[in-house]
Amino acid sequence: MRFLLRRLAHAFLLLVGVSILAFLFTALAPGNYFDEMRLNPQISPESVRALRAQYGFDKPLPVRYADWLNALFHGEMGFSFANNGPVAPLLLTRARNTLLLTITATLLAWGIALPLGVWSAERLGRTPDRLLSWGTAALLVVPDLALALGLLVLAVRTGWFPTGGMASVDFETLSPLKKLRDLAWHMILPATALVLSALPLLVRHVRAALAEVLNAPFLLAAVGHGIPRRTLLYRYALPAAANPLIALFGFSIGALLSGSLLIEVVMSWPGLGPLLLEAILARDLYVVVGGVLFSTLFLVGGNFLADILLFWADPRIRTERSAG
Amino acid sequence: MKSKAFTDDQNMQPLIRVENLSKLHERRSLAGAREEVRALDGVSFGILPGSTLAVVGESGSGKSTLASCLACLEFPTAGNIWFDGTDVAAVRESLRRQVRPQIQLIFQDPASSLNPGWRTLEILLEPVILQGKFNLKEMRRRAASLLERVGLSSEIMNRPPAELSGGQRQRLAIARALTLEPKLLILDEALSALDCSVQAQIANLLLELQDSLGITCLFISHDLAMAAHLADEIAVMHRGRIVEQGPADRILKHPEHETTRQLLAAVPKITSGEQGAPEK
Repeated sequence: MRFLLRRLAHAFLLLVGVSILAFLFTALAPGNYFDEMRLNPQISPESVRALRAQYGFDKPLPVRYADWLNALFHGEMGFSFANNGPVAPLLLTRARNTLLLTITATLLAWGIALPLGVWSAERLGRTPDRLLSWGTAALLVVPDLALALGLLVLAVRTGWFPTGGMASVDFETLSPLKKLRDLAWHMILPATALVLSALPLLVRHVRAALAEVLNAPFLLAAVGHGIPRRTLLYRYALPAAANPLIALFGFSIGALLSGSLLIEVVMSWPGLGPLLLEAILARDLYVVVGGVLFSTLFLVGGNFLADILLFWADPRIRTERSAG
Repeated sequence: MKSKAFTDDQNMQPLIRVENLSKLHERRSLAGAREEVRALDGVSFGILPGSTLAVVGESGSGKSTLASCLACLEFPTAGNIWFDGTDVAAVRESLRRQVRPQIQLIFQDPASSLNPGWRTLEILLEPVILQGKFNLKEMRRRAASLLERVGLSSEIMNRPPAELSGGQRQRLAIARALTLEPKLLILDEALSALDCSVQAQIANLLLELQDSLGITCLFISHDLAMAAHLADEIAVMHRGRIVEQGPADRILKHPEHETTRQLLAAVPKITSGEQGAPEK
């Protein structure tokens, strides 16, 4: 248990640290939302000053951070100047959309990578394995952006898939089942782009981890016990190879999340990505900080999930002695 | 054990008989040129039930390839392995899987031959557990008796192998092999990774087990002295061939082949009375 508690404390500290840095860097960046107002001849300098005071921009930075932190504990995340509304509800919907896309992509990517990697490791060095290695290498060198744009071209040319958004215009009028189908249909393209960008790395790691275990004497011993091949691969070799893969799982959530921000922008998926981009361009301070904080939260959450899995999978961590 | 195999009737059928076994490893060099390595080259021998044959040779002489061919983990390129009346070198994979439990292999490094993610109990009963039919209470009892048999306390039942010492791990590996009640036990350098005193303990355990269970053993080693201590007969391998074969004492006292002499020279001087005992 101590292992998990320690990891939880780490995660919390990390979140605090990231929030401070995000706050600091956004505040230190030249210009703020009101600077552009000052250039507008229709707004008097007095009203700009009043607005600045209203949102606390005349106070020193630490005080503003403390105010923001205080608001955070009350479930608020500041005010969005560009959207003229509180940040929290705005961010929550966007975060939900990002989470939906990322989780789907993560599950899909691992669901494909595991059997493919096992299949490849079983045939290590033979032609199918080599072909797959070439394939993953080729996919690895294609930038995410090119991948997303390529898929977008495909969607435009064929008209098979929607080219943006996450719902049809008549979404509200559909029955629940059709809503789900509509959502899935809109998700195909961005999810495919994400899965394709993450897949080669995952397949290669699964293959490498499993190949190592397949060569271990304890696996040979298990073969020697007359255990059937399938059982051996999935119930014996895969769990034994799981440790590095579980660590990779946490990492892959982070990678998919940052990949998702980009792909959301390209494919106009209404997630955190487009919102963050707009907010940064408009210097919408609280939206930026909130968006960064949410992304970090997902990342930390993903890693914490991996830690829990690791804790569950590896008896060496469970024994307090090695953790102490 | 010693001395029995050759004084008993010579008509006894060997448990395992190897005829003309060859194994070619194909390697591809960086330039793409094929290169053939002859790991086994026409090896023949037989082991009588309840006796021990030691295969001794320097590293790279093909000993481990021999072990994995006999344990049905690898297919030989040519030759026959007669085990219990069937040629296991020639049968289908599904049949080989049924033969495998009867031939158990014990590896050199006990640290890597035990699944690091499992506890002792799971490791011991791995074959049974993976087949899905077991009664936990019954299994615990069986595990405890197996552990006792190899001189381990049943307190370690819930510990992972990382918490055991090298000697304990090798005992556990032996106990695991015994779970399946094999007819043939192959020890592939099983003592080499252990320090001297532990080596002696495990060697004694093996002799004891052979006495009580009557298991047939193939002991593979580069240590001629240990081989002579454990085995009735010794076969010396060099570059995939058996260059000299005979009763342990004879090999030890009157080595004929150059390889044997070199291996003997590598052994620290032995003053134990055991090897000096006259053969009947």
